[in-house]
Amino acid sequence: MTTSTKKRLTTSAMIASFADEGQRTTSAPFGHALAGLAEQRPEIVGLSADLAKYTDMHVFREAYPDRFYQMGMAEQAMLGTAAGMAEVGLLPFASTYSVFATRRAYDFLCLDIAEPGLNVNVVGGLPGLTTGYGPSHQATEDLAILRGMPGLTIVDPCDSVDIEQAVPELADTSGPTYLRLLRGSVPTVLDEYDYRFRLGEAAELRGGRDVLMISTGLMTMRALQAAQELASDNVDVAVLHVPTIKPLDREAILREVAGDRLVMTLENHAVVGGLAESVASCLAFAGAGKRIVPIGLPDEFLAAGALPTLHDRYGLSASAIAARTREELA
Amino acid sequence: MSDRVHALEESACRIRRHALDMGEAQGQGYIGQALGLADVLAVVYGDRLRFQPWDPDWPERDRFLLSIGHYAIALYAALAEAGIVDVAELETYGADESRLPMSGMASYTPGMEISGGSLGHGLGVATGMALGLRQRGNPARVYDLLSDGELDEGSTWEAALACAHHELDNVTAIVDVNALQADGPTSGVLRIEPLTAKWESFGWRAIRVDGNDIPGLLAAFDELAAHRGSPSVLICDTRVGRGVPLLENREKAHFMRVESHEWQIARDQLEETYA
Repeated sequence: MTTSTKKRLTTSAMIASFADEGQRTTSAPFGHALAGLAEQRPEIVGLSADLAKYTDMHVFREAYPDRFYQMGMAEQAMLGTAAGMAEVGLLPFASTYSVFATRRAYDFLCLDIAEPGLNVNVVGGLPGLTTGYGPSHQATEDLAILRGMPGLTIVDPCDSVDIEQAVPELADTSGPTYLRLLRGSVPTVLDEYDYRFRLGEAAELRGGRDVLMISTGLMTMRALQAAQELASDNVDVAVLHVPTIKPLDREAILREVAGDRLVMTLENHAVVGGLAESVASCLAFAGAGKRIVPIGLPDEFLAAGALPTLHDRYGLSASAIAARTREELA
Repeated sequence: MSDRVHALEESACRIRRHALDMGEAQGQGYIGQALGLADVLAVVYGDRLRFQPWDPDWPERDRFLLSIGHYAIALYAALAEAGIVDVAELETYGADESRLPMSGMASYTPGMEISGGSLGHGLGVATGMALGLRQRGNPARVYDLLSDGELDEGSTWEAALACAHHELDNVTAIVDVNALQADGPTSGVLRIEPLTAKWESFGWRAIRVDGNDIPGLLAAFDELAAHRGSPSVLICDTRVGRGVPLLENREKAHFMRVESHEWQIARDQLEETYA
């Protein structure tokens, strides 16, 4: 059999990183950014619900052991505690997996943190499909859950550059924020572009005549890869990166969709309630009727397995995106 | 009776009277609980809390968290007694544009530290305040008022673990045990006893008292104030409707209905109780 010589992809081998082989990466950008910022901001504290090591919070813990609070596997208490800390003047960053922050502790994020408008920064690991551990760990609907929460800023970074630049801005935002964390060895992509993360602003990373890809999170990296692949077919693709899901940069989106380019949205999230529907409502509410092609995860509980296999299967890989684009243009 | 006790008894009477007046304004409400809790609130605000009535945001103040937001009527009565809210404002309770909504909301009312109401939240926030105050070298204490029914919520016990783990001796939980919750007696809805043993097993210093006995409450608070090294809980058995026989003897109801002609009877009975 030919497969006997090929290395078998496994779930566990892939949980730490979705970086492509040989891709430039940065280690634990969130943890280092937070520890760096904490040097100038003594009010910053870190909390985790027994997942410091798995959300890059361990970097902060090691740098500032007296400002790190281990809350145990108790996400509700962690978010309530973070709220109480903010009430007395501290600036908490609280990390756990996205599934637990959103599904399990929603009421605490909503009523303890968002309703009083506290500066608490919730950091959710394993957003969307970034683990092969199945639905228990795959936060495929976290944006759908959170978008309706008044006053919550939601950021879905593309890479290590986005994360490093977002952390100080999240700290400076007076109200609550939710960061879709990319952890471990995180790809470093955006330093090759004329780009700087600005909260609430979309950024055109490349222009293109034929297709407009509106993307967020790690799917911006995939959009850029797909755009390169399509360029060899003489398909000219623009990429508009939307790292802030809420508040959405409606102005940039409306400006870019004008014209007759094929418009696609790309997100590491279910097609329900995330970027695709944010863009769709933005267009509809502005009377800018336009078909959009949503690339995202299906409205179903996903399979377990190795990430590259799953990204391919669910259409998130660069080659799957390029193939879908060709189909749409055919 | 010592002067200290006598003054607090009179304070508790005024808190009950304020609660009855507010209840009449709305025609209903958690009046039974407010009457039951008045002695605890009189002791807390009259003898325990460090605060400045003219500056509800004073950073050094002790925090009093009303986790049970539906007890707002009781707290408004206590805030009026404490001089944080004007007595005259109590008649706006529950009205449009009032700063005194039916369920406690921090952004509406001076002295209301959190927006309770979704039960099981107060102790978690208290945990964070206590950790933060300790980290900042602020000697203020954090009190969290819970009800026995609220102990059904698992998040309360997550926070109880956290307070003990972090050795938060600047936290005092107060549990109002009126043995009643929305669907009936607590013993029938979800058994929560033995309470003292439960809190002790979670690493708390626990004392159980008659919550309608002011000397007993004072002694218990004095004892807890001297305790170090772990959080404290005062479990207070209270009687719904306390001080007004008409309501004490009424069939126990979580949300007590009082007829319009009964409010004056209730006030008269309260006066007799304290005569």
